[in-house]
Amino acid sequence: MICFYLNDELITLSHTRADLTVLNFLRENKALVGTKEGCASGDCGACTVVVAELNKSNGDLYYRTVNSCITFMSALQGKQLITVEHLTSSSEPGNHLHPVQQALVDHNASQCGFCTPGFVMSMFGLYHNTQSVARQDVLTALSGNLCRCTGYRPIIDATLHACNQTRQDKFIQNRTHTIERLQALVEEPNDLNQNLHMPTSRAELAQAIQQNPRAQLVAGSTDLALEYTQQLKPLDTLISVSQMESLRRVEVSETALILGAASPLNDIQPVILEFFPELGEVIERFASLPIRNQATLGGNIANASPIGDMPPVCLALTAMVNLDNGTDVRQIRLDQFFTDYRKTAMRADEWIDAVILPLPEDNSRLLRAYKISKRLEDDISAVCAVFNLTLEEGKVVALGTGFGGVAATPMTCPALEEIMVGQVWSNRDCVSLGQTALRNAFSPIDDVRASATYREDVLANLWHRFWLETNSASQTIETRVISHA
Amino acid sequence: MRKLVEQALVKQNNKSNVPAQDKKSIKHESAVRQVSGSARYVDDIPEPANILYAAVGVSAVASGQITDLNLNAVKNSAGVVDVITAQDAPGHIDIAPVFDGDPVLADGEIKFHGQPVFAVLADTAMNARRAALCGEINVKQSKPVLTIKAAHHAESFVRPPHQMVLGDADSALQKSAYTSQGSLTIGGQEHVYLEGQVSLAVPEEEDRIMIYTSSQHPSEVQKLVAEVLGIKLHKVIVSMRRMGGGFGGKETQAAQWACIAALLAARHKRAVKLRLPRQLDMITTGKRHPFENNYSIGFDLSGKIKAAKLTINGNCGHSPDLSDAIVDRAMFHADNCYSLGESEIVGHRLKTHCVSHTAFRGFGGPQGMIMAEAMLDRIARQTQQDPLTVRKNNLYSAENGTTTPYGMQVEHNPSAEIIAQLEQTSDYWQRREAITVFNQQSPIIKKGLALTPVKFGISFTAKHLNQAGALVHIYTDGSIQVNHGGTEMGQGLHTKVAQIAAHEFGVDVEHIEVTATSTDKVPNTSPTAASSGTDLNGKAVQNACLTIKQRLSEFYAQDVGGKADDVIFTGNQIHCGDQQIGFVELIQSAYFARVSLSSSGFYKTPKIHYNRETGQGRPFFYFAYGAAVSEVKIDTLTGEYQVSRVDILHDVGVSLNPAIDIGQIEGAFIQGMGWLTSEELVWDEAGKLTSNNMATYKIPAIGDTPAIFNVNLFDRANPEDTIYHSKAVGEPPFMLAISVWCAIKDAIASLRDYNVDPQLNTPATPERVLNAIQLLKGDCL
Repeated sequence: MICFYLNDELITLSHTRADLTVLNFLRENKALVGTKEGCASGDCGACTVVVAELNKSNGDLYYRTVNSCITFMSALQGKQLITVEHLTSSSEPGNHLHPVQQALVDHNASQCGFCTPGFVMSMFGLYHNTQSVARQDVLTALSGNLCRCTGYRPIIDATLHACNQTRQDKFIQNRTHTIERLQALVEEPNDLNQNLHMPTSRAELAQAIQQNPRAQLVAGSTDLALEYTQQLKPLDTLISVSQMESLRRVEVSETALILGAASPLNDIQPVILEFFPELGEVIERFASLPIRNQATLGGNIANASPIGDMPPVCLALTAMVNLDNGTDVRQIRLDQFFTDYRKTAMRADEWIDAVILPLPEDNSRLLRAYKISKRLEDDISAVCAVFNLTLEEGKVVALGTGFGGVAATPMTCPALEEIMVGQVWSNRDCVSLGQTALRNAFSPIDDVRASATYREDVLANLWHRFWLETNSASQTIETRVISHA
Repeated sequence: MRKLVEQALVKQNNKSNVPAQDKKSIKHESAVRQVSGSARYVDDIPEPANILYAAVGVSAVASGQITDLNLNAVKNSAGVVDVITAQDAPGHIDIAPVFDGDPVLADGEIKFHGQPVFAVLADTAMNARRAALCGEINVKQSKPVLTIKAAHHAESFVRPPHQMVLGDADSALQKSAYTSQGSLTIGGQEHVYLEGQVSLAVPEEEDRIMIYTSSQHPSEVQKLVAEVLGIKLHKVIVSMRRMGGGFGGKETQAAQWACIAALLAARHKRAVKLRLPRQLDMITTGKRHPFENNYSIGFDLSGKIKAAKLTINGNCGHSPDLSDAIVDRAMFHADNCYSLGESEIVGHRLKTHCVSHTAFRGFGGPQGMIMAEAMLDRIARQTQQDPLTVRKNNLYSAENGTTTPYGMQVEHNPSAEIIAQLEQTSDYWQRREAITVFNQQSPIIKKGLALTPVKFGISFTAKHLNQAGALVHIYTDGSIQVNHGGTEMGQGLHTKVAQIAAHEFGVDVEHIEVTATSTDKVPNTSPTAASSGTDLNGKAVQNACLTIKQRLSEFYAQDVGGKADDVIFTGNQIHCGDQQIGFVELIQSAYFARVSLSSSGFYKTPKIHYNRETGQGRPFFYFAYGAAVSEVKIDTLTGEYQVSRVDILHDVGVSLNPAIDIGQIEGAFIQGMGWLTSEELVWDEAGKLTSNNMATYKIPAIGDTPAIFNVNLFDRANPEDTIYHSKAVGEPPFMLAISVWCAIKDAIASLRDYNVDPQLNTPATPERVLNAIQLLKGDCL
C-alpha cells in the first residue's frame, strides 16, 4: 500500500502496478495534465514535480524536484506530491499566481509553454530550499529543464527575481500542518502486496529478494524506469529500498566516509565535498538536479555502466563496497566489483549496503576529476577521468585512477599507477610517460558520443591538464573554460 | 490607416517615448495559463468516450522492397483492435506536400531506416506501442545511399539542380589577383519541439471528421486527411489551438500522424489518438538538411571580393518534401550581406535513404549563409586583416554593388549602420586587443571574437503562399473574437494579432480573444512559416477590422451628422468631431441598426516575383537585418568551449511587441548556437539514426546561455508597407549564431597567429574543435 498526499488529497493505492510512473498516474488516473511528457527518459524536465518530504535530521520539510516520467509510485510513500496545478492559490485562472509563476509571466519567460510547468516546479523547489539565490544556483536548480524557445535568459532573470524576494506562500504558511500530516502518514501500515515490496529492514529486504528472485531492486529508478518507458518492458515485481533508512546513513569515521548505498547523490553531495572539494565539478555535472535528487550512489555503482560518473570517482579514491545479504556483510574493493559489461561481483541474494571512501591521511593529496561531454550540463561523459595523486617531497608515492567511457566497465589504470610511483612530479617527462601508459592501456570505441580517437586523445590530454594543474610552476596557467567554485 | 502611419512616425521621431514602448510589451496571451499548467495541448484535451490509441511499426533497414509482412503477432498482441498498412487507405497513399514521394505508410518500398510500415490500434497507448514492436517486416534489401557524396556518385536527386548567375564568374575568377577554394560540411538539426507529434481524430456524422493536431499547417492536414480518406475537403475540420514548439518541424511533418489517426478513426467510428514517443518522433520525422558546400572565390589585395562560385549540396533524404525551396533558400542566402561580384551559385538536391529532411527555422538559409561567412573568414586570414574589416569592406553598397546573384536589388540596406553601432556598443576593438594579449600569454585556453551580420529575405519563395485570411467578429457586449490562418507555436503571433485588432478598434487588448486556428473559419491558409505569420495574418486581420470600422464609422457619422472619414477609434471610445460614444455602446446600437459586426479579411504580399527559368527576380518583399558579436573561450587540450559574451543588434522595423521580439531573437540565437555546437545528428553505417533521444542529442541547456547576453532592437521603421512597418523576426536571428562558429574559429586561428583559416565542420562539437586544433598544429610541423 502506498500512502501519500497528492497536493491536498490523501491517496491510498493498494492495487497498482509496480511500474506505474508518477507522470502516468497524474495524467491518466487523475486528469492532472499540467505536468507534461517531453521525453519519458528524464532528459528534458517537462514532467518535473516536487515531492515534499520530512527531513529526518532537522524535522523540517524538504522540497525535492523529481522527473515524474521516470519515478515509480513507490517513491511517494509518506510524502506529498506537489504539481503545478497546486501552486496557484485560487482556482480562478489569472489570480494569485505563485511568486515563481508570476515572475515567469513578468519576465516574458514562456513562449510555447510546454516546458513551462516543469520550470515552474524546479523554480518552486529552489524557492523553498535555498536562501539568497545567485546565478549559479539558478543554473544548478534548472539544469534538468530544457527550453527550446527562449534561450533561457528570461527564465534565469525570473528565477533570480522570484527567489530573492521575501518568501511567503501557502506552503510556508501551512508548514506545521503539512509536517503533522506527513508524520501521520509515515505511521500508516505498510503491508506488502503482490507486485511491490517496500521492506524497512535488512531481514525484510533479504526475505523479499529470496521470495521474488526475478524482482528488480529499485532505489532512485532513474535508470531502471527507462526499461519501462523506453523499451516498454513490463516490470511486474519491484522491491523498492526507499523505506530502508539504514541504506541512507552517512557516517564519518577516522579513516573513512561511509555512505549508505541508497543515498540520493544530491543528499550526500555536501559531505562528499567537505572531504573531497575537488569533486565539485563532476558531481554538479552528474546528470541534472532532479536526477541527483533521486539517483543513488549505490545505484550508479550497481548498474555497472561504463559511462556512469561515480564509479571512476570511487575507483580513484580506492573505495570499498559493503555487500549485504541480510545475514553477512562482505567488503570488497571496487576495482574487483566490476567484472564485465554491466556485470558485477554481487551475488543474486546481495545488495550494496554502503560505499566506503577512505579519507586522505594528510593534504599531500592532489585530486582532480574531469568530465568531457558535448554539453556541459546534463550530459553523459564521452570520457571521465579521475586522478588521485599522493606526493612525498615532490615524488609520487601513490596514484589512484578511475576512468569512464574508455572500456566495457569503469576502469582503473594500474600501468599508469605503477609507472608513476617514484617519479619526480615536477619533471615534465611525467606528462609523456603518463600519456603513453594511458594510450597503451585502453582501446575505447566509436559511438554516438565520441570517436575512439577523440577518447584516446582527450585521455592523454587530460593527463597533461592534470600535470599542469598540480605543479607549482604551471599552476597559474589557465586550463579550464568554465571555472567551478 | 492614417493614424497607424502616424504612430509609426511618432515612434521613429521620438525615441524617448518609453511608456508607449512598455505598453506594447504586453504579455504572451497564454502566459498565465502556461505557468499554471492550464494551457491545453492536444494530448491534454479531455478524451472522447471509447477512444483508442494508435502506434506505428517501423522498418529496421534503410532500403529495399518489402517481400512479406507478417503482422499476426501484432494482431494477437494484448488489447489490439486493428492493424493497417498503406493499402488500407481508401484514398491517396501519397501525402507529399508538393511533389510526390511521401507515402502515409510504406507502400512496398522501404525508403529509410525507421520508416513507418504499419499502424496498430489498441485499447491503451502502451498496448499499441508494444504491439507495434511485434511486426515481422521482411525486406529484399538494396544498398542504401546514405551520403551526399554517394548520392552525387549515383546521380540520385529528388529534384533537378538550379542555378543563379550574375556576370561571368569563371573569367572574373581568372582575372582575380587572389583566389581561394574551400569546402564545408554542415550538420543537420533535430527540431526537439518539447511537445512531440500528436493528433486526435474524432469521427463525426457519416464521413465527417474532426482533427486536433499540433501542426503549423492545418489546411494541409485538412487536405491530406481528406485525400487519404477519399472524401472532399469540406468534410474535414482541423483545429489547432497551440503547439508546444514547431520550428518548422510541424509544417509538413505533422500530417502523417493526423492521416493515420483519421484512417483508423474512420474505420472504427471511434476517436483515435496517435502521439509519438520521443524516440520514434526523432527517428520518423525529417530534420534540418545536412549540407556539403564548396566555393571558389576571387579577391583583391584589400580583400574585396571580385568573383565567387559556389556549389550548394543539400541532403534531402528520400523524397522532395520542401527541399526544392529549401535548397533555393540556401542559394538565396549564400551571399548574406556581401556583394560577391561576378558570381554563380549552383544548388543540388541529393536523394538519400534518410528520413526526408524538412523545414527548420531558416529553411536552408543558415546552411547557405554560413558559406558567406566561411569565405569572408578565409579572405581575412589570407590577407591578414581582422575579419570584421573584411566584412565591412564587402557589404552591399553603392560602391560594391547592390545586385544579388539572383538579380534582386538590395535597397534600404542598414547593415553598415548596424555593424557600426554594434562594433561600438560591444567594444569590439578594445576586446580584440585584450584577447590578442590574453592569447599570447595563455598556452592552453584561447579566446576568440567574431562579429557577423545577417540579411534574411522575407516572403515565401513559392509566391502563392504569400496570402492570408482572417475572420473578425464583434459580439453585442463589445467583446471581439479574432481568427486567422496563422498558428501559435509560442512565437507570440496571437499576442501580436490581438494587439493589432485592439489597436484598430482603439480598445484594450483584453477585449480581444484570438481563437484556435480552424479550417472552417479561415480556409485555404498557408503554413505558419517563413517568419511570415504576423506580416501576412496581421495584415489580413487589419483588413477585416478596417471593413468593420468602415461600417461603424459610416453608421456613427450618420448618427451624429458627421463624416465617416473623421471617425476615430481610440481609448475605448469612438470620436467624430466633438461627439463621442463608448465602444460597447456603439456596438450595441449598431447591432440594433442592423450593421454587420463581422468580417473576413484578406492580404497578399505585393511586389514579389521570381523566374526559376532565369534564376532572376525579386523573391523577397524585403530583408531583415541584424548582427551579433560573440566571444568564446576554447580549451586546446579537450576542444571544450564556452560562449562567454554575446551582443546583438537586430532589425525588426517598428517593433509590435519588443518583449516578444527580444524573446524571438534570444531564442533563435541559442537554437542556432545549438545547431553549430552541441547538436550532432549521428547515423550509423546501416543508415540508422543513433542520436535518437534526448540523452544522445544535446540541445543547449540553461548553462549554455552566455553570462553576458545583450540584445537590442535596431530602431528603424520598415520602409516597405508591412503591418505598422514592422519586420518579421522568427527566423533571421537564428543566423546570428554563425558568430559563435566564427569566434571558435578565431580562437583556433590564434594558434597560428591568425594566418590560417581553420577547417571546422559543423556542429563544432568539442571533438571537431580538437580535430581542427590538431590539424592546425600538424600543419605547423
